[in-house]
Parts: sequence; C-alpha cells; structure tokens
Amino acid sequence: MLHQELRLTGSGGQGLILAGIILAEAALYDGLNVVQSQSYGPEARGGASKAEVIISNKEINFPKVDKCDLMLALTQTACDKYIDSIKPNGILIMDKSIPNVPVREDITIYLVPIIETAMNSLGYPMVSNVIALGTIYEITKIVSKASLEKAVCNRIPRGTEELNIKALEEGYNLIRNHKEECFGHGCRFN
Amino acid sequence: MPSQLVNEYFRTENLPHIWCPGCGNGIVTRAIVKAIDNLGLNKDEICVVSGIGCSSRASGYLDFNTIHTTHGRALAFATGIKLAKPNLEVIVITGDGDASAIGGNHLIHAARRNIDITTIVFNNNTYGMTGGQYSPTTPTGDKGTTAPFGNIDMNFDLCELAKAAGATYVSRSTIFTANMLIKQVENGIKNKGFSFIEALTICPTYYGRKNRKGESVDMMVYLKENAINIAAYDKLPDEQREGKFIIGEIYQSSRPEYTEEYQKIIDSFSKGV
Amino acid sequence: MVEKKIKLMQGNEACVEAAITAGMKFYAGYPITPSTEIAELSAEKLPKVGGRFIQMEDEIASISAIIGASIAGVKSMTATSGPGFSLKQEGIGYAVITETPCVIVNVQRGGPSTGLPTAPGQGDIMQARWGTHGDHSIIALYPWSVKEIYDITIKAFNLSEKYRTPVILLLDEVIGHMRESIELPEADEIEIYNRKRPSCLPEDYKPYRVKEGDLVPEMAGFGEGYRFHVTGLVHGETGFPTSNSKIAEELVRRLVGKIEDNKDDIVETDEYLLDDADIAIVAFGSTARAAKSAVDTLREEGLKVGLFRPITIWPLADKQLVDLSKKVNRLVVVEMNVGQYYLEVDRVAGKYTKVDKYGRVSGELITPQEIVDFIKEV
Repeated sequence: MLHQELRLTGSGGQGLILAGIILAEAALYDGLNVVQSQSYGPEARGGASKAEVIISNKEINFPKVDKCDLMLALTQTACDKYIDSIKPNGILIMDKSIPNVPVREDITIYLVPIIETAMNSLGYPMVSNVIALGTIYEITKIVSKASLEKAVCNRIPRGTEELNIKALEEGYNLIRNHKEECFGHGCRFN
Repeated sequence: MPSQLVNEYFRTENLPHIWCPGCGNGIVTRAIVKAIDNLGLNKDEICVVSGIGCSSRASGYLDFNTIHTTHGRALAFATGIKLAKPNLEVIVITGDGDASAIGGNHLIHAARRNIDITTIVFNNNTYGMTGGQYSPTTPTGDKGTTAPFGNIDMNFDLCELAKAAGATYVSRSTIFTANMLIKQVENGIKNKGFSFIEALTICPTYYGRKNRKGESVDMMVYLKENAINIAAYDKLPDEQREGKFIIGEIYQSSRPEYTEEYQKIIDSFSKGV
Repeated sequence: MVEKKIKLMQGNEACVEAAITAGMKFYAGYPITPSTEIAELSAEKLPKVGGRFIQMEDEIASISAIIGASIAGVKSMTATSGPGFSLKQEGIGYAVITETPCVIVNVQRGGPSTGLPTAPGQGDIMQARWGTHGDHSIIALYPWSVKEIYDITIKAFNLSEKYRTPVILLLDEVIGHMRESIELPEADEIEIYNRKRPSCLPEDYKPYRVKEGDLVPEMAGFGEGYRFHVTGLVHGETGFPTSNSKIAEELVRRLVGKIEDNKDDIVETDEYLLDDADIAIVAFGSTARAAKSAVDTLREEGLKVGLFRPITIWPLADKQLVDLSKKVNRLVVVEMNVGQYYLEVDRVAGKYTKVDKYGRVSGELITPQEIVDFIKEV
C-alpha cells in the first residue's frame, strides 16, 4: 500500500503552499488519492507556514498530517518546531542555510542548498519552492516526473515555464550531485 | 373621496395609515407619488424600499414593488435589488434614525458607490415609533424621552454628510415647501446616480410636545419661517443665518454610476474581450 | 496519467463552482477568514456568467443585499465565518419570515468572538439552529469532503428554492481550505430546482397564499408586474402587516411546519459499518473524517464500531437517531465544541441507549487516535 504524508515548512511567502498544491496535483495526475492542506499564522508574509500533502492509493479519511514520512524545512524555526513530527526512518530535506542541524539518529537528513541555488544559479529566489519539489522527487519518486512537470506548468505564472522546469532540474541535480550532504542511518549514498 | 393620485398609486385597502393626526409623513409620501406621476413612470418598474420607523411604513401603502426591511438596512436591501435588476427605479424611504444612526454606514457607502438609488429621508428629528427618543438629528439642547435634561450630542447635517460621502444629487426641502419637494424628488429620480433628499417633517406628538413646539400648524410655521433657499442663504450676513437652515438643491455632480460600471465588466466578458 | 475531468480543488472553491452551477447570479459578502476565498472566487467568476458580485460595507449589509436580490428574482448567496455569522442573524430571521430563498455559508472557525481566525471549530451548530430571534425552523447542511461540498451546495440552493427559506451551509476551516480531487458532474447529471412561479394573473396574486395541501407559497419577483409587498412584520397571505393573533399563530406554525413536516425530503444522513455495530460514533464535517479512521482502527482491534454522519444538521435527524439508538449499546458524539449536537442526540436517543460526548475546542482537529482512546477507555 502506498501512503505517504509530507510536510513542507518554512516561512510565509516562500511558496510552500503552492509547492504542496503542485505535488498534490502531480499525484492526482498519476491517479492517486490526495489531500492537501495548510496552516498559517495571521501574517501574509513571514511567520510560520506549513503545507501538508497526503498521497495514497487508498481513500484518505483523516485530512491532516500528524507524523510525516518526509519533511522539508526552509527555516530554522520551522525545522526546530516540526523535527519531532518526522516518523522513524523518515526523511528530512533541510536548506543548507539553516545553521543548526537537528540531532535525529533515526532519520535521513539531506542538507541541500535550495535557496542559494535559486538565488545564485537561477537568479530568482522565488523558485526555491520548485527546486525543493525537484529534490523531493529525486529522493522519493512519489510522483512521476511527467506529472510533476505538468503540475508545475499548470500552477505557475504563464511565461515562466522554462525557468521553473530548470528549477526542477536543479532540484534533481542537488540530490544527485551532493552525496556528501546526505547523512543519517538511511543515507542511500553510504 | 380619495383623490385621483390616491386611487392610482395607493393601496387604498390598507388605508387609513398609522400616522398620528398632524404628522408630516403624508405630505412627504404624497410628494414622492406626485413626482412619480409627473415623470410618468411605470408602476411595475418602481421599487420602494423602506427601513423601520414611522416613515418606513409608507411602503405598505404604495402600489409599487414594495419592501419594508429591517432597521437601518433599507439601502443595503436596495443595493441588492438594484444590482439584481438594474432596470428597476429604486426609491428608498427612510427616517432620520433609520438612515443616519443604525443605517449610517449603509448611507455613506451607497453614496460612495453612486448607485442609482433615490433616497428620501423623512427627518422629524426623533424616533417617533418608539415614543420620542433623541435621534442623530435632534438639535443639541432639545429634549427627548432619552434626553430628559437636553440632548448633549451634536446633530448631523444629513445633506453635508451625503455630499461628503459622494452622493451626486443632494437637496433639502420641507413639508411646507411641498412643491419644491416634489420637484426635488423628480430631479433625484432623474439623476443617474445616488440621490439624497432630506424632507424636513414634523412630529407634533412626541418631538413637538416634548420641546413645547406647539401644534402641527405652529411647527409648519417654524419650518416656513426658518427655511432659507440656498441662493438667498449665500447672500445673508452671518448674524442673520443664526437658527436658519438651507433648503433647495444643495449639490449636484456627475460621476460613473455603479451598476453601469459593473455592466461594463460583464460586457467585457460577453464580447470576448 | 489519468486523463479524466478530475481536478484538484479547494473546498471553498468547490462551493463557488457548485453555486454557479445551481444558478447563483448574485453574491454579496464581506472579507473574513477562513471564508474569504468564496468571495474572491465569486468576484472573479460571476461577471463571466452575467452575474453580479458586490463587496458590501459589512456583514449585515451583505445578507440584506442578497435577500433584496433574491426578492428581485435572482438566486443569491453570501459566505462568512464565526463573527460574521453572528451579524448575519438579523437577516436570516428576515429571510425566514419573508420566505426568501438564499444560501448563507459559514466556514466555522474557533470562537467565541474573534477566537481563532485560522483554525477550525464546530461551535456554531446551535447558533445555526437558534441564532436568530423568534420561533422558526431552519435548514443547515454540513458536508465532509470537497466533492460533497459541491453536491451539498447545490442541494442547499435547491432546498432554499423549494421551501422558500434561507439555507445555512456549514463548513469548517479544514474542509473549506483543504484540496482534494473532484470529478465535476456533467450538467445533465445535476438536478436544479427553481422556486415555484405564480400560476395566477398579477391582479389575483397573493404573495403568501398557499394552495390546499401545500405549505410553500408561489413566488413572484420584483419588476414582473405583480407589485406585491414584503415585510418582516407578521403578515397574512396578502403580505401586508397585521397583528391579528390567529394569522400570527398560523404564519409561525406554517413556517416551522414547512420544514419539520418535510424531513423525509430534507434530512440526509450517511453511515459506515453500522449494520453490526455495538457502538456508533456520531460526527459531521471534518471531525467525521477522523471518526471514520477511528472506526477502521477499532474494527481492526475487533471492536464493532460504526459511524453515523448527519449531513443535514437541521432539522434534526431524530428518526434516524432513535432507530440507531435502539440498535447500539452506546452512542459517542464527537464534535469540535464542548457538546452542542450532543444535547440533541442525548435528548432524542438518551432514553434508549448511553450517549457520550467527546469534544475539543483547541483549534486543532480531533485526531483518530483520540477517538480510539476515548472509546476504549470508557
């Protein structure tokens, strides 16, 4: 049975809710059941932001994620707040800008320069969320590549398709080419 | 024998009305009907919306599409009606408390939108239906059952309020100058936008008695003697303006009307733009 | 890849899509979390179908405007959340007594007062029933998924038109904001009900006359030649105010009766694994989804537990609840409040079986595990 619960965390304005929607839509294209939800504070920008996606080949009843199989963290605050919600043997993808790497012996941690790649390689900090989706794909293959690319193009502003597909590819490559930044007991590069 | 006007425009089966002897509301109601008659409007296309209070009972006596709403909300209901059926000629009948206290917010926003509604405020300076409490237009110092020691509130100038909020036709008349009132209602209806007409009327039963203003006729005389036409008022020296109030067409302007602007948005889609 | 008409859609969005399909041509609203998407999407979509949207100056103005539009002949809706729902009550009562079809959506959040604006709650169950003053009955519906929000929004419009009454559509922050897959039905798969038009000439029309054996009067619109009167005062069949005590009694009895006597048509419920159940969980909206998960878990552990889910919250599904209470040993009402629907379940079912309640008012959705633990513990 396929049943994956993902939590994308960071601060408001980082596009995490959109990333959650894209991931959910990709899974839907693959014929899977999905529920996407989010929580946010009163601020439109800044503050803690969290998007959740449940992907399953069975009917999804409870719509909220409690313990997750995979978590993305783009800020220290979000990482610290939700680190304990990752299931044993789960995965944490954290941005390399986060100074304090959490101590969890039972999970696999990927420390990846998502924001830096968006800023420096692509020159657009706002595509961090799409790069992050690329890393999630490369690690989990939870959705098909074709569906993910279609979902990205369906949800981003028209005219930015090329940039965003490039951002996805940067995400794939960040995992493939940064083996040294993966650690933890489940690291597949060990 | 009811007049031709009564037979044509009133629901005579609902008469006599509930208003007290000496009340001015009948004069204002007649002025509205007379203006409609002068303009030759189709009764089926007129919608009269009223709120709550003595004046707002008028809607039930008139043979149009009529609705007696909740307290203060006549303009909010009227906005929905006008947007749903922009071809209707929407007229709001309201009182001073209804329009400027509980409904004050709706008044300024209807004026701001310049939606094509003609609003006639029956201003009797009091809450008549509940027994003579002070209203936002009770003059400072006057008494009401809830101002037994004199009203310490400043009273609203409703016309200045409507003008500042964006109404494109603003006028005031009295029940003594009824012919002027008829003309104003005609011009208000003709204005494509938000029209605001303040009709100064009298409540001898509560406001008059509480403030020793005399009988109905005395109160009419007061209106006659203190109302100054706007042109004459402008020429009066300050010391002679004391205690007087302006009547006449106070303000007129032209700007886009709300339902027409919305129609442009609809049309932009139906034309495939 | 699956190439069907399946879409990923937010609950609030499904509500707007369905409203437009049901014939909504007018929306008036005021921004409030977590219902705002309903206003935003109505603003975007209505002019494209020849409808109209307006953002009014406040919540009372919004419900007043939709009632006005409906009396002018146009299907109308407004949406709000907690604090705004309190303000809507004046208009809901007016729509009840004037028998004006309209739909009021309440995307529930934590309360009382400003409470928890971005968190879910189910504390408006009793306010939906008794929020406006005076004796009346009300229809309130509560779906639990994005797909069901679509179907039940259409049902809300249909019932409001059929019974000439305001219908309250209860959602909560969780189902309003979450996205799920939905396959939109084809137009010919959807049944749309429109208010009964006058069957007589304008000069014979009495706006509140009911035909023999019927409880719902025929409805003309303003500007159609009928020139009728509408008032929130007690009125007879002519629509004009009266204080005649016999007419007052008859009016209120009919307004209540047209809903309470048609429960067979109005009340919709859903059930899951109740056939052999010893224990039935009673839950609605997002809480029912947690309850369904809990049922699965408890079944795996050998406990015979099922789920009873009222979709029609008001009028009460009393017949179904009584039948159920005679079959099971225990009813457990789970809701995100301190026990509102529980009061009604206990009233009608308490004499046949044990009725327990489990609630939470923290702004967090009740989890399946909490329900499992509660049922096993007691």
